[in-house]
Amino acid sequence: MALDITAARLDPALLDLPWELPLEEWPQDLLAALPQGISRHIVRFVKLSGRVVAIKEIHADLARREYDTLRILNRLDQPSVMPLAVISGRKTADGEPLDACLVTQHLKFSLPYRAVFSQKMRPDTTRRVLDALAVLLVRLHISGVFWGDVSLSNTLFRRDAGDFAAYLVDAETAAVHQQLSNGQREHDTVIAHGNIAGELMDLEAGGHLEEGVDPIEIADRIIHRYELLWEELTATERFESTERWKVEDRIRRLNNLGFDVDELDITTDIDGTHIQIQPKVVDAGYHSRRLMELTGLDVEENQARRLLNDLDAYSASTDRQNDDEAQVAHDWVSEVYTPVTLAAPRSLRRKIEPAELFHEVLEHRWYMSEFSGNDVNIMDAVADYVATVLPNKPDEDAVVGLDTQEMPIVADIDAGRKG
Amino acid sequence: MATVTYENASRVYPGATTPSVDKLNIEIKDGEFLVFVGPSGCGKSTSLRMLAGLEEVNSGRILIGDRDVTSLPPKDRDVAMVFQNYALYPHMTVADNMGFALKIAGTPKDEIRKRVEEAAKILDLTAFLDRKPKALSGGQRQRVAMGRAIVRQPQVFLMDEPLSNLDAKLRVQTRTQIASLQRRLGVTTVYVTHDQVEAMTMGDRVAVLKDGELQQCDSPRRMYDHPDNVFVAGFIGSPAMNLMTLPVADGGVKFGSVTHPVDADVLSNTGDTIIAGVRPEDVELDDSGRGLPVEIDVVEELGADAYIYGSVEGAADTDKPFVARVDGRTPPKKGDTIYFTPKADHIHLFNPETGLRLNG
Repeated sequence: MALDITAARLDPALLDLPWELPLEEWPQDLLAALPQGISRHIVRFVKLSGRVVAIKEIHADLARREYDTLRILNRLDQPSVMPLAVISGRKTADGEPLDACLVTQHLKFSLPYRAVFSQKMRPDTTRRVLDALAVLLVRLHISGVFWGDVSLSNTLFRRDAGDFAAYLVDAETAAVHQQLSNGQREHDTVIAHGNIAGELMDLEAGGHLEEGVDPIEIADRIIHRYELLWEELTATERFESTERWKVEDRIRRLNNLGFDVDELDITTDIDGTHIQIQPKVVDAGYHSRRLMELTGLDVEENQARRLLNDLDAYSASTDRQNDDEAQVAHDWVSEVYTPVTLAAPRSLRRKIEPAELFHEVLEHRWYMSEFSGNDVNIMDAVADYVATVLPNKPDEDAVVGLDTQEMPIVADIDAGRKG
Repeated sequence: MATVTYENASRVYPGATTPSVDKLNIEIKDGEFLVFVGPSGCGKSTSLRMLAGLEEVNSGRILIGDRDVTSLPPKDRDVAMVFQNYALYPHMTVADNMGFALKIAGTPKDEIRKRVEEAAKILDLTAFLDRKPKALSGGQRQRVAMGRAIVRQPQVFLMDEPLSNLDAKLRVQTRTQIASLQRRLGVTTVYVTHDQVEAMTMGDRVAVLKDGELQQCDSPRRMYDHPDNVFVAGFIGSPAMNLMTLPVADGGVKFGSVTHPVDADVLSNTGDTIIAGVRPEDVELDDSGRGLPVEIDVVEELGADAYIYGSVEGAADTDKPFVARVDGRTPPKKGDTIYFTPKADHIHLFNPETGLRLNG
């Protein structure tokens, strides 16, 4: 069988997979989870060279289109899964042609929405999950990305300092434009509303939704959140020229929402009494970019905000506020961040991402301090956290799941491929 | 139920220099099944979304019945996108899967149940209403997705490439189902596809678009027999029509040594050459070596018929292979050179400059 493979960097182990079999018939020892239930396409999660990849069987043209779209989204720095390859030209042993396969990298420490909702939740998990989705949709729209099939099933969630960060998983209907029209944005939000309400109603029917949560109300709210955020990011503001501080204020508000302003359109009227401003180019990831520049750590936005706060606290407590920021950051990483994140024994590291662990330890320290009425040292806090909290958490480094009837099953990567 | 009218409707995307849909004029009759078809980027989906209210109409207008909907928001237009959402919810019953959009819209419970039951009857799903989707076959799940749109009882159904995600077998099945269902319901339907076979087999009328412009809107039969221009001629039909630029002389078109006679008033509308179109089934082989020579590269035997593929000697700018359907019992062989002329009255003539049809 002559396979036609499109890939930027090919993992040779991909070639050993049984491409001559329909995906539905792949042997179970290859799979990272037992998929069940109903989805539009056959998707399987497969263990490959110590990681997990998602494989979707789909018409070759659609597979290539989605591969290209995902590549563009990655280049645009949009939160989305990484495409690895398209395998086409597949045939069975009898020479019957098979659909192509799109291979994407499974996003580590990500959770499908059903997994998020099936765990014991903090009271407002639903709100936080949907806020993350609203932010994702705004980010995509700001960059001219039309999604076409916005839904919880087409999104993955990663923990982000107690909140969630959302990633686009399915780009089958997505298209990248120079700029989106209001109609295109509305199309996405109308579809989002219907899909999310339906998905939440389904969770409700399965007994997985928080008590007292109304699916339609939640779906309404996500659209409302989307519109508020869109307005804040794009609206034109007009004020008197004596109120110039409002320019600075707008930028600060956008920074607080996690966006950088790269270009601001400022116009004054002829007599110079009024100023009008409108953000032209905004970029998500204000805090994560700043943390990356200072420390090289690549983490989610809210985690970055949390880490930057701790860095500030460190620089104040060591009386180094006037020192070179990068030098202080370097010392904070080696004296605080790294020791804390390495305090978890290797066997427990599959439960939580380092930056999220750091965030949880900070929370834990706060509770310990409040309980004892004294400041608690962070290394004592982490020791207590690792001993009492961490062991009870589920492994989350490779939770895979389809839009299935069954709850997702955690992948056992260490078991590896047999034979 | 209603008619749908596009009146000079145009859509220009922000930042674009040319319209994605350029002054579209179509009148769709009440209960009609109209298919927009064309290559990628032709404006077919945009045209549909303009009707749905998801794309702005920059100039011109769109009417549903007598109502001008040009600037109405999508939810006020009384149209339903079918198959927008295939996802079936595993914990919900088939009835809830069909009725959830009505629930979102705030329709009273009794009314939802009534409409769901009516739709289930039409779709042969009555026995499954209280079951979970897991118990359904692939085809039944498709029908549930259709049911979602039916229960809304819209004036117009809209379908944007609904079959593109299905495998070949299910695609043909669902195609037939949609067409027969539409005829039973009698709801005006606008359907978008890039697949001309789908368009020709499903539509009462087919509208071919290219570069945002309507090329032709006709019944499938008329479209096949009488394409208005070279683009439609090459786009509609599978295998495609053979299109050849040939010399004009002696009161006709020269097929090699043979002159195919053409009316003088047709010839007066072109210069020294003309584009001649001959469908694969309209090729007449000539044993005596008269006509246009074709060297055969491939012979595809299908039993009753055979398709031969080859290249025409002396015909300019043909990037596609020449195709002819011939008798399956005595097909020519690979490497042979055959000679052909078109069957009388089965030739399509176009102006090489404008691409427009010349003969009636």
